[in-house]
Amino acid sequence: MEEKLIDRDTKNEVDDSMLTIEEFVNKEYEYGWVAPIEEELFPKGLNEEIIRKISERKGEPEWMTEWRLNSYRLWLNMKEPRWANIRYDTPNFQDIRYFAAPKMRNKPQSVDDIEPEILMTFEKLGIPLEEQKRLLGIAVDAVLDSVSVATTHKEILSKFGIIFCSMSEAIREYPELVQRYLGSVVPPSDNFYAALNSAVFSDGSFVYVPKGVKCPMDLSTYFRINASETGQFERTLIIADEGAEVSYLEGCTAPIRKENQLHAAVVELIAHKNAVIKYSTVQNWYAGDREGRGGIYNFVTKRGKCLGENSRISWTQVETGSAITWKYPSCILQGDNSVGEFYSVALTRNYQQADTGTKMIHIGRNTRSTIISKTISAGYSQNTYRGLVRVMPKAENARNYTQCDSLLMGNKCGAHTFPHLDVRNPTAQVEHEATTSKINEEQLFYCRSRGIKTENAISLVVNGFCKEVFEHLPMEFAVEATRLLSISLEGSVG
Amino acid sequence: MSLLEIRNLKVSIDAKSILRGISLKVGKGEVHAIMGPNGSGKSTLAQVIAGNESYEVEDGSEILFEGQSILDWSPEERAQRGIFVAFQYPVEIPGLSNLEFLQSAVNEKRKSRGESPIDLWDFEKMLREKMEEVGLNPDFVERSVNEGFSGGEKKRNEIVQMAILQPVLAVLDETDSGLDIDALKSVAEGVNKMRSPERGFLVITHYQRLLNYLKPDYVHVLYNGRIVKSGSFQLAIELEQRGYDWLKDEVVV
Ligand SMILES: Nc1ncnc2c1ncn2[C@@H]1O[C@H](COP(=O)(O)OP(=O)(O)OP(=O)(O)O)[C@@H](O)[C@H]1O
Ligand SMILES: [Mg+2]
Repeated sequence: MEEKLIDRDTKNEVDDSMLTIEEFVNKEYEYGWVAPIEEELFPKGLNEEIIRKISERKGEPEWMTEWRLNSYRLWLNMKEPRWANIRYDTPNFQDIRYFAAPKMRNKPQSVDDIEPEILMTFEKLGIPLEEQKRLLGIAVDAVLDSVSVATTHKEILSKFGIIFCSMSEAIREYPELVQRYLGSVVPPSDNFYAALNSAVFSDGSFVYVPKGVKCPMDLSTYFRINASETGQFERTLIIADEGAEVSYLEGCTAPIRKENQLHAAVVELIAHKNAVIKYSTVQNWYAGDREGRGGIYNFVTKRGKCLGENSRISWTQVETGSAITWKYPSCILQGDNSVGEFYSVALTRNYQQADTGTKMIHIGRNTRSTIISKTISAGYSQNTYRGLVRVMPKAENARNYTQCDSLLMGNKCGAHTFPHLDVRNPTAQVEHEATTSKINEEQLFYCRSRGIKTENAISLVVNGFCKEVFEHLPMEFAVEATRLLSISLEGSVG
Repeated sequence: MSLLEIRNLKVSIDAKSILRGISLKVGKGEVHAIMGPNGSGKSTLAQVIAGNESYEVEDGSEILFEGQSILDWSPEERAQRGIFVAFQYPVEIPGLSNLEFLQSAVNEKRKSRGESPIDLWDFEKMLREKMEEVGLNPDFVERSVNEGFSGGEKKRNEIVQMAILQPVLAVLDETDSGLDIDALKSVAEGVNKMRSPERGFLVITHYQRLLNYLKPDYVHVLYNGRIVKSGSFQLAIELEQRGYDWLKDEVVV
């Protein structure tokens, strides 16, 4: 096993004075720095031995190792899908490192034992982990490269019987729950990247909210890639038992690097009878430079199952980062009267490519789904909405409403909409609306005539365009999303 | 020095000439009315003062504001320096609340003067008051800018913006059109309240009714891209009775 200080040559100190200069220079992507953290790195490449090592390193039981190996064998026989509206070179899977973990003195018993460099890294990202500084009203699982380094507010949550911990811990401490639900929504055989993730996933978050409990605070995971040439494969599993309610937020950033980095996550949600899960994402992985060099390949499988009647799963996403985004947070509406929602803003600029949307699979009676997709394309980017609404024969009175609005900035970018419908029950009511427009010059002039500079006018108009989606974000995220959008729009029109 | 001085302003759009040499002076403390038939170029004049770049201002034209040429200024700079135009057809901006919109406008102006941002709490209170003064429901602060507003509500909203931005020069383009009698009165009161020895108004209208409230110092008639007659308030009364036909001959001159 190799061990070294990563990026020893880049002399970035986690130091406030550096930060300001750096932020100034890298105004375009403010999270592009690398923290000088000593990491334990696996050699590059993928084979059964590496998988066993990951499993062993995490102290996993035999059944987990087997699950991984089975997934790996499935993956070996799968082909990388090519149907999405994106162009890229297939990653060389033998040239990727599948495990990188910050080195820790022993096992930290409390946050106070965590290496200061790690605490500093998250603090710089606006996620203080120490007891005194913690964000109020929001519990955080902090994931750095392949491992979860800290989970806050665990004690309070456990009073409600809520389990919120890293996936590794869940596998060790709550094997029955993990065995029952892992892969129950996204089986390893689901697709190429899901199989890969099932074989090599390193960490992620686990949530279980017991019967009748409404989670007293938002739960969140912050994913940070720090190591170079390392893939991030996290796995998230959220279970809301009967009548339970939980709101979960996911944020992510990565350093600026000239080569592409692969991020292939799997997220599974399970909502039992009368349960509600709200899952919000602000995706801000490094997107590559102006010429389209570098950036994260974000190939993610996210799916929720409304297992019980009257359950509800709601996905809200704001996608501004990644060189390539390829994901379709979906809902399987199995329980009668269950509800699935998808609210999405995807902004692409420079040479970014996004192919994103959702699938709503109506199985139960009176199931309802809503899809609101807003895409904003600038520069040379390509932005695709791809959706599937399927109404199964037994889904009496299923309802879907889909609205896709595309906003174009400039004339070198592209916006595409592929809404697929597959209705097998005549009582279904499915509605679809779509618009494509250029940014409205009259609106911009109106703002400017009131003293608002063009750039801010664009940001106000575009934020207005996204309002229906932002309304569904929790407060702190809505503020962050607005800010991110404004930064991303700087210099997008000219 | 006049507040606004327009010299030989010639404007065209898509090679079609619309304003054919307008000269006009508005002094501080004065109210000028501009009247004229449909299509004569009144709104074009307002748009050009606001800095709309889709109109071509021909060489030799000049617009001076407090003695400085503004033709090279961006619309935002003009607004920040104190020029305000209430548009004939205010634009709708879905998803952007009136509050956010005006807060941004006020803060940018403050920023340009090195002042700190306004307190949101106080600002919302003030905005609600201004809305009530022109007969708009104060809950309109949360509504998207002009979206789904009735014609009259849009006009009132323009007056609210003027009252908030406190311009030095205000151009009102048919702000009285489409207003009911009470609204006309409250809009007129809104303007009268802002009159001061430091401010000037250019009021574009088709009707004498608004002018009865405002008592303009001067009335100009714009006809086919030219100012063909200027006079006192008396001219407005005459136009109301006789229409524009009798001015046709003046155009030739
Ligand atoms: N964007 C444009 N493209 C083409 N023609 C235009 C444009 N804007 C104005 N015009 C033309 O310029 C002329 C003057 O228009 P303007 O709107 O200034 O008239 P107005 O005096 O305000 O009329 P009204 O009393 O009806 O408001 C009209 O013939 C109009 O069709
Ligand atoms: Mg007009």
